[in-house]
Amino acid sequence: MTLLRVEGISKSFKGLRAVDEVSFEVAEGSILGVIGANGAGKTTVFNLIAGALRPDTGRVHLGGKEITGHAPHNVTAAGMTRTFQLMRPFYSMTVLENVTIAVLAGGAAKRTARTAAAELIDRIGLGRWRDSATEGLPTAALKRLELARALASKPRVLLLDEVLAGLVPAERAPVMELLERLRTEDGVTLVFVEHIMAAVMRLSDSVLVLDLGRVLTSGSPQEVTRDPRVIEAYLGEDPHAHA
Amino acid sequence: MTTTTDTPAPETAAGRPLPRLPWNKHLVAIAVLAVLLVPLPLILPSAQASVAVRVLIFALMSIGWNMMSGFGGMFSFGHAAYFGIGAYTSAWLLVEHRASPWIGMLAGMVMAAAFAALIGFLALRYKLRGAYFALATFAFAEMLRLWATNSDFVNRAVGYHVPLRPDSSWWWIQFEPASPNYFWIALGLTVAALVISVQFVRSRAGQFTKAARDDEDAAAAVGIPVMRYKLLTMALSAAITSVAGAFYVQYFLFIDPDLAFGSSVSIQAILPAVIGGVATIWGPVIGAVVMGPLNDVTATVLRNPPPALEFLQGRSGLDVIVYGTLLIIIVLLLPKGIYGTIRQRWSRR
Repeated sequence: MTLLRVEGISKSFKGLRAVDEVSFEVAEGSILGVIGANGAGKTTVFNLIAGALRPDTGRVHLGGKEITGHAPHNVTAAGMTRTFQLMRPFYSMTVLENVTIAVLAGGAAKRTARTAAAELIDRIGLGRWRDSATEGLPTAALKRLELARALASKPRVLLLDEVLAGLVPAERAPVMELLERLRTEDGVTLVFVEHIMAAVMRLSDSVLVLDLGRVLTSGSPQEVTRDPRVIEAYLGEDPHAHA
Repeated sequence: MTTTTDTPAPETAAGRPLPRLPWNKHLVAIAVLAVLLVPLPLILPSAQASVAVRVLIFALMSIGWNMMSGFGGMFSFGHAAYFGIGAYTSAWLLVEHRASPWIGMLAGMVMAAAFAALIGFLALRYKLRGAYFALATFAFAEMLRLWATNSDFVNRAVGYHVPLRPDSSWWWIQFEPASPNYFWIALGLTVAALVISVQFVRSRAGQFTKAARDDEDAAAAVGIPVMRYKLLTMALSAAITSVAGAFYVQYFLFIDPDLAFGSSVSIQAILPAVIGGVATIWGPVIGAVVMGPLNDVTATVLRNPPPALEFLQGRSGLDVIVYGTLLIIIVLLLPKGIYGTIRQRWSRR
């Protein structure tokens, strides 16, 4: 069953067409990888469907309900949450406070929010940093904090913007395992922008390729990586270059 | 829910907890301070008691400013607007309609909160941030000053004199000039503002406001309606500062557009928090304790300068020079303010 449906969304900035008639569908419980060169419009698409930007044209439906142009907090309330390419913790707060805020924003009672946040932090693997200031945390911990904060609202769809970027290979594997478990155990539908092709190949049920704001192609990871247009526009002759 | 093991991570400075005083200890400290200060006007000579009242007025103004600009991250350079609205609403209701200053104070709070919400809505709707937001708040305060200066409705530049009553009265907030009651009322109002400040910061609304200050987009992404909580913070901040204005009128028995809406009033709301520590509960109070006596000393020096400073006699502006110098020293040596720096250094021990 389709959970997220994006129909022909477009966005221009001062005459520059950043996103041009992009459409795709994501089935409930599946993982969609979004790839494309820098400037292809991946993050702008995220901003459009998460409510940070309002599309000039097109529609976004979540679970059969139209959410086009809804404010970000309303999109979150409707069941779709995002993370950011550059980590954006609430810098004056500890890790626990960061996640507690997100639990509270999801409507939890104040007396239970802290406990729920602590449990989530432990499950995400941030336990040792729980009472630490976010300033100076290693990238891997900040990435996990972004995930924990996004999961606090119990989303049906999670939009992940380069969640593996900045991690060394040894740090990527546990995060990929975590994402797989989110899908299999929690039934969370994932849409993730990623440059690391090994992760895209391993995690995605289907892949959407963007080029200059348009959908170049979509399909299974194997189909997409064999597509000559994708090889020419993004992967190059050596697909391992993006690993 | 998924379970993973902790990520092994190197030891860094990030492992340190943030310096925090538990909320209930803040409340206990406020209560202890209030009790200790009650006898103060009975001990101090009357001139010093009036300095103490001025300290409390500064503290009250700055607690309000700190809520919006410190905890809310929306730097206001126009808190004179809310101080003036409080002062003028109270004075107008008293002089024109014989309403008790307490009623005037409540009406001033409502008016200031509504005006702040309006300014906030316009500023946030058009995405004014940082210096542009500060300039917008300054512009609105100046607009009010010019309106009050030119409007018959509020007596133009003449302003209002509070009519003197033959008897002392709590209901009309009028006592003998040296009465300790003024100090006790100001103390009560400041303590109430401090308690509100503590409760606000620990509340859901306060936590959301701080999150929006740290990162507005991230706050919205976790589901916080950022605009709503920013407007709420601005309204609360304005209401507290308006109380200082309403009390000021009763204490000094006079108000005019410059005293109410002048830019120096906005500076007086900002400086205690900056000196004491922005976005801390105690910063505005500590800063006011530094600023109040300084204000008095500069006025005295200008009135009766010592022989070495005779050239200052009759001149004005020394207070502004002292404030400016103090601000430069604080920014250079104690960028987190007195309380903020002490708290930080204490946590590192």
